[in-house]
Amino acid sequence: MAIMAGVTFLIRVLPLAFFKKRIENNWIQDFFYYIPFCVLAAMTFPSVFTATVPNGEIASARHIIAAVVATQVALILSWRNRGLVVVAIVSVIAAIIVEGVWAFVEQSGGIHL
Amino acid sequence: MPICLGYFPVSFAFGIQAVKMGFAPLTATLISMTNMASAGQLNGVTRMVEGAAFISMAATTFVVNMRYMLMSFSLTQKIVPGMPWYKRCIMALGICDEMFVIASMEEKDVTFGFYAGLMTMPMVGWTTGTLAGALASGLFSPALQGCLGMALYCMFIAIIIPEARKSRKVAAVSVLAIVLSCIFTYVPIINVLSKGGWGMIIAAITAAAMGATIKEVKRRRRSAQNAIDTSGRNKQEYTHTVAHS
Repeated sequence: MAIMAGVTFLIRVLPLAFFKKRIENNWIQDFFYYIPFCVLAAMTFPSVFTATVPNGEIASARHIIAAVVATQVALILSWRNRGLVVVAIVSVIAAIIVEGVWAFVEQSGGIHL
Repeated sequence: MPICLGYFPVSFAFGIQAVKMGFAPLTATLISMTNMASAGQLNGVTRMVEGAAFISMAATTFVVNMRYMLMSFSLTQKIVPGMPWYKRCIMALGICDEMFVIASMEEKDVTFGFYAGLMTMPMVGWTTGTLAGALASGLFSPALQGCLGMALYCMFIAIIIPEARKSRKVAAVSVLAIVLSCIFTYVPIINVLSKGGWGMIIAAITAAAMGATIKEVKRRRRSAQNAIDTSGRNKQEYTHTVAHS
């Protein structure tokens, strides 16, 4: 925890405190422009597909399908430029519905395939 | 104040996530207080749950929060000359996406008082949001907590998609990062890297570096092309080409 806070702080403080020149290299500017999106993308996928699995449980089909459905909902809503909070709430509700329906079907004897 | 309200839900989602992963609400709040970085914190708690080595903790934090370094570099051009180092250190605590945008839009040089005032409310919002999320998640069943774990990731999706719609380059590098990250997670043998978040870092850096390199190559090719084109043209056509390039 101390390491995380320390590194986060150092990253912010070192350039501000000691750097006085301007960055003119185009490659570095582009690289820094892309990094946030790449980090968020790589962090989100594929972890998002197991995000519904409660801590300490093994990923089951129910959780993964709920996560995939919720991810789809999030993709569609953000494609339509909905805000962060709307996207998050609706997606979570979608996941809850899928899990709920699944649990209900399981309890009532399951689907015979 | 609007930033404070905007931070609340994100840190609320972080609070839920941290408790889901087994952290005490106060620990989660302390993490938020000392870090103020959503993606960085999610990475951090994930690494802690894995029991990752210190080096991988430091390296992943560095990469995930790398954008703050750029913002910090950029702010060095904006602050009032001659500000003492301890004031710069305090200001550095408050460097994050939205505040950076506001500070950069200021026409005058940024003073310590201006920035300190700017960063206070969002920090309060961020910390209380985490505490509220962490406490609230205790009320839910494990299955429900699991579903709520989606919230933070869905917010990340909501950050990437609108930007990717606007810029094909952002879309391309994001897709590349996702593909690489999936390879590092699912392909046998290489997937040892995904422990400790190394796969994620390598995926993100490779994608961003490739994007920047491709753009650089195109830029050079275009400037070479422009030089050839304009030699035989009049000035009006030249400005036309530049305006559209």
